[in-house]
Amino acid sequence: MKFEPLKLNKNEFQSFLKELAKDHDLFAPVRLAEGVSVYRRIDSTDEIDLDAFNPQKPLKELFFPQSEAMLRFEKVENRHRVTSADQIKKPRVVLGARACDIQAVSILDDVFLGKEYTDVYFLKKRQSTTLIAFACNSPLSTCFCASTGGGPFDRKGSDLFFIDLGESYLVEPLTDKGKALTQSTLFVKASQHDIAFASELEKKAVQKTDASLPMEGIEKKLDQLMESRFWDRVHEKCIGCGVCTFLCPTCHCFDIVDEAVNEQGQRVRNWDTCLSSLYSLETSGHNPRPSGRERTRQRVMHKFNYFPKNFKKIACVGCGRCIIYCPVNFDIRQVIQDAQKGEVSKNP
Amino acid sequence: MVQKKLREKAKELLSKKEVDLIIGFGEGSQPLRATPVFVRTPEEADRLVWNSFCENNLATYLHKFNRFKVGIVVKGCDARSVTALALEKRFKPEQIVLIGIPCQRMIDRKKLKKAVKGEIVKVREEGDKIIVSAEDGEVVLRRDDFLYPLCKACTHRNPVQETLLVGDRVEEAALTGPNPEAREFEKKSPEERWAFFEKETDRCIRCYACREACPMCYCTECFVDSSNPKWIEKSLSPSDLQFYHIVRAYHQTGRCTNCGACERACPMDIRLTYLTQKLNQEVEELFQFETGVDPGALPPLSTYKADDPQEFIK
Repeated sequence: MKFEPLKLNKNEFQSFLKELAKDHDLFAPVRLAEGVSVYRRIDSTDEIDLDAFNPQKPLKELFFPQSEAMLRFEKVENRHRVTSADQIKKPRVVLGARACDIQAVSILDDVFLGKEYTDVYFLKKRQSTTLIAFACNSPLSTCFCASTGGGPFDRKGSDLFFIDLGESYLVEPLTDKGKALTQSTLFVKASQHDIAFASELEKKAVQKTDASLPMEGIEKKLDQLMESRFWDRVHEKCIGCGVCTFLCPTCHCFDIVDEAVNEQGQRVRNWDTCLSSLYSLETSGHNPRPSGRERTRQRVMHKFNYFPKNFKKIACVGCGRCIIYCPVNFDIRQVIQDAQKGEVSKNP
Repeated sequence: MVQKKLREKAKELLSKKEVDLIIGFGEGSQPLRATPVFVRTPEEADRLVWNSFCENNLATYLHKFNRFKVGIVVKGCDARSVTALALEKRFKPEQIVLIGIPCQRMIDRKKLKKAVKGEIVKVREEGDKIIVSAEDGEVVLRRDDFLYPLCKACTHRNPVQETLLVGDRVEEAALTGPNPEAREFEKKSPEERWAFFEKETDRCIRCYACREACPMCYCTECFVDSSNPKWIEKSLSPSDLQFYHIVRAYHQTGRCTNCGACERACPMDIRLTYLTQKLNQEVEELFQFETGVDPGALPPLSTYKADDPQEFIK
């Protein structure tokens, strides 16, 4: 480890946040209703909902918002004037993200900051953000990050890593950016006992996370299944809403529209979902993905076949949101298992 | 036991080839969940389950299978949706075999989750009790405390039309009066009502799960998806979210069976049914009409008579 682990007493946590808020825009899970939270910019530190296991809407929203103005336009005295939309003004700190969501943002890096294209909207947010991750002490039964190359205590992609020890946090600076946030006297050197306790928590959490999902070879397996009858049955229960894709931390499809009234407007980029018929509907009226069968297949193929082909990694981090929030209990884990066998199980 | 009889009935229908498939519920992949299953052979019929988590309105799948002869497992509310859809000529009534189950009323899984510390790993029902296993071991809860509000208010737990009935009829008695959430909403001042509506719709993510879960939302092109004319923008501006929710509710007038599938489907826990309850209440008062109860009665907003008897229309 590059930096010594530190410790922050929970009594000092609010002071730490207040210090951060002086020079940064702070983002954290905020509760919108009982059991419902999202990442939002916080004005007051008591809005933070760290009990939320994982906010409904994933971390991607802070880098790739559901609706984002790209530019504004207006007609002034017979001339068109185009202005850039709001940009980041202050450095940002995101607090409370789990390893799965952070891994997902690095997957989005491949898309938005790839070799061929750089998305300036994504890039600016990414560059100006420091990520403070929170270790996941109690993974749920729907969590399978250990099957997708991550883990509840996975530190990849975080700048600063917090582990909840009960009365205090063990704080591991992982990058220079992260280290810079721990300069205050609120942080003290962690004891050997704290470090040992944290690693015990880690061991427990890792044991609790499902690592058994057979991901090995899934890309090749799906190659063979493209035209298979397999999909005839897989999609049946899917009602074609966008819950799984919108709440997925790695799904990144979007649609760009102009919203204009009278002589001014804005160009907006909105999340889109491959599960909607409209997504693939062509101007002619032809739809190359005419039914739920093709649309469900697209969702699975993109995550576990096309994405690995393009970027050498699957586009799933095992956060389990698509399983928890699906109105009809469509379970992606079952699809993976069935795809590996090449047939839909009779007793899902 | 209902589940056993259900499987027997399903096997019989499939082996006599009276239906091409049966839409029912199977065991979910997590506790507190059941999942829709599509059963095509007598052997597969053993996948069917019946419990208090069979919350989906399966009538929404009939649009997918409108070229088949379909057996469908229905609660009282779902059966009414099937009738309403047949009246709207979505399929011929003879295409559908209703397997009706007098409903024990469904358990609100989200409420149950919030009542227990830690993740629920197991759940079982014993009479009027729910026994859940979570972080602190087993917890015994009263079933009545965890029913969906609409189920508590339900007065049509038995399918009203003729069905292949599985299980014994239950006595129709609502634990609360009808439309409980609409009545709560009515008590508020106009400003409070707006504030409530605004707060709820504000967290909408436009995934349209409410629309897709609803059997009555089946337009080939929903007004939100139309680009020419464009009725609504696609972003998350409050006015667009509010517009969507108002129109979605209005399109249900005289067509909603108070099944609550829309609200259960919402990943953001947005309260939706107080709006449709209010509309149902109005339709009942103004037209003495309840959706899907009389297979011969067209929804009031789908018919026109020169001599409409209602005074308020003239």
